[in-house]
Amino acid sequence: MMNQNDILSTIRMIDQQHLDIRTITMGISLLDCCDSDPKRACEKIYDKITKSAKDLVKTGEAIEAEFGIPIVNKRISVTPIALVAGASDTEDYVPFAAALDRARAETGVNFVGGFSALVQKGMTPADEKLIRAIPEALATTELVCASVNIGSTKAGINMDAVRLMGQVIKDTAQRTADTHGFGCAKLVVFCNAVEDNPFMAGAFHGVSEADRVINVGVSGPGVVHHALQAVKGEPFDVVAETIKKTAFHITRMGQLVAQEASRRLNVPFGIVDLSLAPTPAVGDSVARILEEMGLEVCGTHGTTAALAMLNDAVKKGGVMASSSVGGLSGAFIPVSEDEGMIAAASSGVLTLDKLEAMTCVCSVGLDMIAVPGDTTAETLAAIIADEAAIGMVNTKTTAVRLIPAPGLQVGDTVDFGGLLGSAPIMPVHGESAADFIARGGRIPAPMHSLKN
Amino acid sequence: MKAIVTVIGKDQVGIIAGVCTKLAEYNVNVLDISQTVMQEYFTMMMVVDTAACNQPFDALASALADYGQNHSLSVRIQREDIFDAMHRI
Repeated sequence: MMNQNDILSTIRMIDQQHLDIRTITMGISLLDCCDSDPKRACEKIYDKITKSAKDLVKTGEAIEAEFGIPIVNKRISVTPIALVAGASDTEDYVPFAAALDRARAETGVNFVGGFSALVQKGMTPADEKLIRAIPEALATTELVCASVNIGSTKAGINMDAVRLMGQVIKDTAQRTADTHGFGCAKLVVFCNAVEDNPFMAGAFHGVSEADRVINVGVSGPGVVHHALQAVKGEPFDVVAETIKKTAFHITRMGQLVAQEASRRLNVPFGIVDLSLAPTPAVGDSVARILEEMGLEVCGTHGTTAALAMLNDAVKKGGVMASSSVGGLSGAFIPVSEDEGMIAAASSGVLTLDKLEAMTCVCSVGLDMIAVPGDTTAETLAAIIADEAAIGMVNTKTTAVRLIPAPGLQVGDTVDFGGLLGSAPIMPVHGESAADFIARGGRIPAPMHSLKN
Repeated sequence: MKAIVTVIGKDQVGIIAGVCTKLAEYNVNVLDISQTVMQEYFTMMMVVDTAACNQPFDALASALADYGQNHSLSVRIQREDIFDAMHRI
C-alpha cells in the first residue's frame, strides 16, 4: 500500500495549491515546408502541423483524466518562420501567420509559437520582412506568438534590430489599441533565446531539434509557498532545502507526464522545463513566495537575494527529478500574471528598475509589464538593450515583453483576462535615449575571461 | 492497471458500500482498502485494478466524481504512477 500521507499531499497540492502541468508543447520542424510559391508553403505548413499534432489535445486530456493532474495548455512551437518563409518569393509574411492560426484552430491547441526570427548577429531580408510583418500578423491572428532574438553572449547585441523592435512593439500596440495593446502580450524580444522552450509567448522549435519533440513545462509556485509556510523563521539553509525538495516532487510529475505524452503520441521526449510559472489566481504567486521569506512587499530591498536563492534551489531540486531538463527553467516574474506582483506594482514598491535587477538572477526577463501608451519607440528599444545586456554578459536568457497600452497612463490598469491577468501601468524614465538608439550597429560580444 | 481511489468528506453511513458498488458496476477489482476517521472527517484510500474495467478510464473517473458530488464527498481515481513518480526515487 502506498503511504497515505504521500497520496494526500499530492491531492492537496493539486486541489489547494494550484499544482498543474502548465503546458505540453509539441515542437514541429517546418524546414521541409519551404517552397518558392508562398501559397504552397503555407499549405505545407498547415498540413504538417495539423497532421503532426492531430492527437495532441486528445492525448493531453486523456493523461489529465487518468492521472488527475490538470494540464492547463496544449501548445505547438514551430521552426522560426523567417527561416521557412525566406525561400518563398513574396514580400508579405502575414499569410504565414494566418496559416499557423488556422492550424491552431484545427488542432484545438491554445497557442502556436514560432513567428520568429533569429537576428543576434545580422538580419537577412527574410528576417527583416518577418519583423516588419509582426504588428499586422499579431493584430490579424488570434493566438499566434512572435519572438525575435536580438542578442547573444557569443554574437553581441544587434542594435539595428533593437531599434526596429522598439518600433515594432509600438506599432503592435497601436494595431491592437482596441484591446489595450494585447498584441504585445504575444511578442517577446530575447537575448540568448533557447530552442526548446515550451512556454509562450517565446516558444519556437530550434533548428538543431528533431523533426518533432514533446516538451513539458511544470508549474507550482503555490506548492513552494505552502511548503515555506511550514519553515517560518528558519535559516536560509532550511529554506533552500525545503524549496529543493518541493521542486523535486513537482518535476517528477512533469517528467511522468512528458514521458507518457511522448509514448502515446510516438514523438520523442525533449525536455522538462522546471519553471515556477505563476498565474493571477490567489495562492499561485512567485511574489508571495518571496514575501513568505520575510519581505514585507515584493520589490523592497532583499528581493533580488530572495529570488536568486529561490531560482537556484528550484533548479537543484529539479535536475535530479528529470532525465532531461531544459528550456528556461527558473522562476518567472511576469507582472500581470502574478497576483502578488500586481499588488506590489500597484502599491508602487515594485518598480521597473527593481524588476530589471531581479532579472539578473532568474528566468526570464521584463515580462508582461504595462507601460504608458506614450512611451516612445526609442525608450522601448533602450529597455530592450538594457535587458539584452544583462543576458549577454551573464550568459543567460533574458527577454522583454512590454505592453505600451495605448491611451493609458500611470495610475490606470490594463486587464487582459485569463492567465494573462491585469497590470497596473508602471512608470518609465522620461529622459530620452533616442541618440543612443539612433546609433545602430552592433554591441560586440563580451569578454569571457578577466571576469570581475 | 493499478489506480488509487481517494474518498474524502464528512463521515456518513454507507460510504464504503456505495463506492464499492460503483466500482463493481464498472468491473473494477479492489485490492486494498485503508480508512480513517479524524474529527468526523472521513478519509479512505483504495488500491484498485482497472485492467478489466468495462468502460474507458475517464468515464469511470467522472462516474466516481459524480457519485461523490451527490453524497457531498470528494471521490477521485488516479493512476498509481503519479504517486510513485512524485514520492519514490
